[in-house]
Amino acid sequence: MLFFSYFKDLVGREVTVELKNDLAIRGTLHSVDQYLNIKLENTRVVDQDKYPHMLSVRNCFIRGSVVRYVQLPPDGVDVDLLHDATRREARGG
Amino acid sequence: MSWASPDDVFLSTSLATYLDKKILVLLRDGRKLLGLLRSFDQFANVVLEGACERIIVGDLYCDIPLGLYVIRGENVVLIGELDLEKDELPPHMTRVSTAEIKRAQKAERDATVLKGSMRKRMEFLDFD
Repeated sequence: MLFFSYFKDLVGREVTVELKNDLAIRGTLHSVDQYLNIKLENTRVVDQDKYPHMLSVRNCFIRGSVVRYVQLPPDGVDVDLLHDATRREARGG
Repeated sequence: MSWASPDDVFLSTSLATYLDKKILVLLRDGRKLLGLLRSFDQFANVVLEGACERIIVGDLYCDIPLGLYVIRGENVVLIGELDLEKDELPPHMTRVSTAEIKRAQKAERDATVLKGSMRKRMEFLDFD
């Protein structure tokens, strides 16, 4: 549940989600669930010309299983905190 | 995607906020289906009413009516809410008939196959 909690803390931040089909979408993280399904708001596709059908999509739901990367704001990652949480989880606490 | 109560459903990742709205479903094979979201579950299985497939080839497009569709969740890549205020496609795109889009699709496929076979034949030239 570590990454679920981690992504929950990122709600409201601007992220870029790159999918396994190479489509990259930038938008405000609206919510995440246990499957790491992601909802984005005010989305725009990074390569708009290649994906004209996405023009009028403002909000979207992305299935967790198709996500390749989530590009985060640089100040959105507290490595020390994540590190500690990982050790705690590994210990079963 | 839990069954959230009506108050926090708008804050959750549930698809409930898209119910009865016109949505775009992007499938794993690249197909784009449009329709009204009538039902869904935790796997992102969805029911689309008045579904149609939008085929885009270059600047040409066509909507092929399909009817009522149940889509298995594993094939879903993305579900987008369509902003009805905005144009669905850029203004330079033209709507064509089913026959025409099928022809364009076939031409595109043939071109890809040709490009592939040419490349294979020229492989000894070591492109990369």
